[in-house]
Amino acid sequence: MAHEHDHHDHDHDHEHSELSETQLRVRALETILTEKGYVDPAALDLLVETYEKKVGPRNGARVIAKAWADPDYKKRLLKDGTPAIGEVGYAGRQGEHIVVLENTPKQHNMVVCTLCSCYPWPVLGLPPVWYKSAPYRSRAVSDPRGVLNDFGVTLPKDTDIRIWDSTAEIRYLVLPMRPEGTEGWSEEKLADLVTRDSMIGTGLPKQPGEAK
Amino acid sequence: MNGGQDLGGTHGHGPVMPENNEPVFHGEWEKRAFALTLAMGMPGGWNIDMSRFARENRPPNQYLDMTYYQIWFAALETMMKERGFVSEDEIQAGRSLHPPKKVERILSSADVEKTLHRGGPTERDTNTKPVFAVGDKIRAKNINPATHTRLPRYVRGRVGTVERVLGCHVFPDSNAQGKGEDPKWLYTVRFDGRELFGPGADATSTVSIDAWEPYLEKA
Repeated sequence: MAHEHDHHDHDHDHEHSELSETQLRVRALETILTEKGYVDPAALDLLVETYEKKVGPRNGARVIAKAWADPDYKKRLLKDGTPAIGEVGYAGRQGEHIVVLENTPKQHNMVVCTLCSCYPWPVLGLPPVWYKSAPYRSRAVSDPRGVLNDFGVTLPKDTDIRIWDSTAEIRYLVLPMRPEGTEGWSEEKLADLVTRDSMIGTGLPKQPGEAK
Repeated sequence: MNGGQDLGGTHGHGPVMPENNEPVFHGEWEKRAFALTLAMGMPGGWNIDMSRFARENRPPNQYLDMTYYQIWFAALETMMKERGFVSEDEIQAGRSLHPPKKVERILSSADVEKTLHRGGPTERDTNTKPVFAVGDKIRAKNINPATHTRLPRYVRGRVGTVERVLGCHVFPDSNAQGKGEDPKWLYTVRFDGRELFGPGADATSTVSIDAWEPYLEKA
């Protein structure tokens, strides 16, 4: 930490010049690729818009809420995630093979990709920076309770923690436990309790009083 | 490769620092770098395993110093230059200086939704039978290829249990090198935390990876 502090100013400047260099190169490349006819600028805009506006953790929250509300759906979801998620309308890139992991009082599931940034895009959108960064990727497998502590989550000592390292093209989605005191809630209301982190396993769903 | 990307079990990176209300992209250039990477997949002709190798194949200090989209963009530049789509003088000039290379098709805006929805499934039909079954004790092989592999260092030489048979999937070690998909059986293999990280590790923790058959041997 002392080391980081000493070099803070230097790193700061370094990062800035680096970023503007990157910005220039990105702009240059986009111009060249457009001029050469390799990319359609309208397609680029649409790709950005899709992952900024349409595909995000709200999708996954709908899946989880449906599983909480509908026991038959939950069964299908746990048996074969991909088609069950397809029923709700979500499929495709980085979600071609989805496995859903059920949290129980005995077992808590947590998902990581130690080798890169594999993440179930159709249900969670693009991964947050921390998910792709060294602190999470290094310690999720060796010190899961320490990592959970970084998120302010403490699990009972006797709960088994199961970490899933996404080393192939299987993508994992955690089905968190339904909060108590939500009997009779609509799927829409339940979905408001489902956080992105609760579907990665680094967080828990909101409690009924915390819903927005 | 035993590179900077293989982070499981390494130390010194500090605490995880989640960002409140994190935006999907941090700045305009990340949006463009992301979109260019996705869009160039079609005319580019590379596969996801080649992309992953292009991202990890750099000195570990550089890998760790770069943001994730910087890594993506650097890999995109590398793959484009290797295949003659663009050259450094063009990037410096900020415009096209050489005639374009012929490409079969590009991603049009009309095709974006369909293409994303289709994705790129990796399961393949096979006449072979899986060598391992659920419950089998296996050992992750101690292999150290300098090329792309998806067997993390922290499991090599360790004993675990086969928990799921996931079907026959494109083998990244081959596909990344342009040697074909060479599909192999894929398994979820589960290890005790203490088998991986010693007696100091959390006794309540287990870790699973998804491992292709060539990564495994009977224990």
